Amino acid sequence: MSPTTLILTLAALSLFGFWLGRQRSIVVARGKLKDLHSLPVYYGYYTALWCGIPAFLIWCLWLALETVIIPDLVVAALPSKLRDVSPDHLTLIVNDIKNLVTGNIVSSNVDPAIQVAADHYQHLLNISHMALAVVVLTLAIAGAVLAWKSIKLTRRARNAVEGTVKVFLVASSTIAIFTTVGIVLSVLFESMRFFDSVPITNFIFGLDWSPQMAIREDQVGSSGAFGAVPLFAGTLLISFIAMLVAVPVGLMSAIYLSEYAGPKLRAMAKPILEILAGIPTVVYGFFAALTVAPFIRNSGGLLGLDVSSESALAAGLVMGIMIIPFVSSLSDDVINAVPQSMRDGSYGLGATKSETIRLVIIPAALPGIVGGVLLAISRAIGETMIVVMAAGLSANLTANPLQAVTTVTVQIVTLLVGDQEFDSPKTLAAFALGLMLFITTLVLNVIALHVVRKYREQYE
Amino acid sequence: MDTIIESSSVGLIKPGVIEPIKVEVQNTISRDDRTTVGEAFVDDPRMTLRNVNVFYGAEQAIMDVSLDIGKRQVVAMIGPSGCGKSTFLRCINRMNDTIDGCRVTGDIKLDGEDIYHPDLDVVSLRSRIGMVFQKPNPFPKSIYDNVAYGPRIHGIATNKTDMDEIVVTSLTKAGLWNEVKDRLDQPGTGLSGGQQQRLCIARAIAVNPEIVLMDEPCSALDPIATAKIEELIDELREQYTIAIVTHSMQQAARVSQRTAYFHLGDLIEIGDTDQIFTNPRHPLTEDYITGRFG
Ligand SMILES: Nc1ncnc2c1ncn2[C@@H]1O[C@H](COP(=O)(O)OP(=O)(O)OP(=O)(O)O)[C@@H](O)[C@H]1O
Ligand SMILES: [Mg+2]
Repeated sequence: MSPTTLILTLAALSLFGFWLGRQRSIVVARGKLKDLHSLPVYYGYYTALWCGIPAFLIWCLWLALETVIIPDLVVAALPSKLRDVSPDHLTLIVNDIKNLVTGNIVSSNVDPAIQVAADHYQHLLNISHMALAVVVLTLAIAGAVLAWKSIKLTRRARNAVEGTVKVFLVASSTIAIFTTVGIVLSVLFESMRFFDSVPITNFIFGLDWSPQMAIREDQVGSSGAFGAVPLFAGTLLISFIAMLVAVPVGLMSAIYLSEYAGPKLRAMAKPILEILAGIPTVVYGFFAALTVAPFIRNSGGLLGLDVSSESALAAGLVMGIMIIPFVSSLSDDVINAVPQSMRDGSYGLGATKSETIRLVIIPAALPGIVGGVLLAISRAIGETMIVVMAAGLSANLTANPLQAVTTVTVQIVTLLVGDQEFDSPKTLAAFALGLMLFITTLVLNVIALHVVRKYREQYE
Repeated sequence: MDTIIESSSVGLIKPGVIEPIKVEVQNTISRDDRTTVGEAFVDDPRMTLRNVNVFYGAEQAIMDVSLDIGKRQVVAMIGPSGCGKSTFLRCINRMNDTIDGCRVTGDIKLDGEDIYHPDLDVVSLRSRIGMVFQKPNPFPKSIYDNVAYGPRIHGIATNKTDMDEIVVTSLTKAGLWNEVKDRLDQPGTGLSGGQQQRLCIARAIAVNPEIVLMDEPCSALDPIATAKIEELIDELREQYTIAIVTHSMQQAARVSQRTAYFHLGDLIEIGDTDQIFTNPRHPLTEDYITGRFG
């Protein structure tokens, strides 16, 4: 029985266990369900869980161990001429064996010894699956029977089931947290490897970014400079331009939508505005590169300005448009969260609508708006596609929005695309940049969340 | 906001001038009779309200109410919860405009001028007719700024000294000064419920309104603070006109000259406070003030 069929059988058994447990509890109660500690369904779940969970855990564990133990056994049984090779070669051989077993194309003509090993492998696998089926099914049936037998009036099935549910929930959130922690740690360790070859101070304070490294000893070429300042300066410049567009436009459209627009217009305009957020960034990207950047270049030319064909301005403007819905949607929410009584109080004193908005609503909603803007900034900083396409690749350290600049995210992309040697400083630099970026957005997000939370407390 | 102005409205009023009713006649009014009993009109009114109907969507909250609010007097509005007192009060300074789906019809005049006329400036109307809301709604600003808000937007005070003066007198009149004088820069939202209520009263009187509408201004106050507010109402009455909604019969009796009793959107009875409380004519009024209303 293959592991897949086994797990389906187990599911069916659990379902059956559910039914058994429920029936049993009804029988035990002799029709007087009130005498039961829990509702019959809970006895059903209780039995099903006892049937399914231990068996499932064993199933997972077994399969995990199987992939380790069986190759070892196979290797141990290999003829010594195949076995006494370098570990790398051995891995290759094991791979060949596995490929033979799964029926994939093998690299070369099959060595009879390897064919024998593959048969041996298959044999072990069959035994293992057989044993697994026996163990799992026995365990499932035993669990179900035990649970079924233990059902009596006072059995606290509900508490047991809810305890199990809680364990599941905890396990899920643990997975989420550990994944995050894992990513952070791996980025951190790779960055540390990078800082072994490039001093951290050079990275953080260096003004020069040209990550080209000599790949071979004899190659002519730069030895690489990894100063991240131009990248962060470019990121900041573009984000700043984006916020210059997004904050006023977003905020004002939020004010219009929440304070002036009628309910019908609002119901229509708000989703439309939010569609802006749903446009793939790559679409914004070619819009920026093909429409906005040439337009800026041409109009700059008319004014006698020297505009490069890829400019921070173009990328920033388009990114700002992309971020408008973030600002407007979040601001709209917080403006709406300002209680009507606050507006009434102001109108009741003879304030006009704009006075009320300016003096009461915006100040009351300000923390929330700031929170929204900070979230939008971290979105802008992390944005990649638009800048890849419209801002250019040259790491200029400049505050002139008409020149091409590059950003952290763009450089991460260019460092990693193409064939790369994994442990050259060039590749590892991507991790260091990622780490810096992560820290920046993390700090912004923490501040934003803190500000937003503080705001929430105000009216409760 | 659509306004129906009926030129003949005065002639339609049901209560009109009802002869003083004798005790025997009293019992002949049925509990189901919803026509207004009593003297709805006064000789020299500040405000006249005729055939006022208020709808929330399809729901009618005020049914054809007509009454006058006299100069320099306090009108108390009483009635069971949900009968429409707040709704009616909010018609008087057009606060119902801010509620989506709320429609007011009828004829409401201030000094003979239709306040629902399209040309009328609502903003200046509201600065003349101040309002204290049922639920305290201080701004999330400092105590000082809460009180100074109105004077600032209307440019009442020209300099800081004047403003300080206005803030101090308003807070003193509302009986809050002693409690907050050391923390004027702290947020008004941080005050207790009763303090917030008095802060809102101070905020309303800081702009010197000619008419003050108060929706249960003492609902969260202790007897001493209540006495202070009632003192303020007495004082304000010397110059201004006041309409007050209250659930306290004693308060209505103490502060008002006229009392109106509302019941499920109808104005059941209106008249001199003394008469309403000693000799109610409508059985529903009697039930309510004697505590028989379920
Ligand atoms: N914004 C609104 N939308 C819809 N219906 C409303 C609204 N405000 C009030 N109403 C309805 O109008 C009726 C009168 O309400 P109102 O607030 O005027 O009562 P009230 O006499 O002030 O009561 P209370 O003494 O409890 O304050 C109620 O039935 C209420 O449900
Ligand atoms: Mg009310």
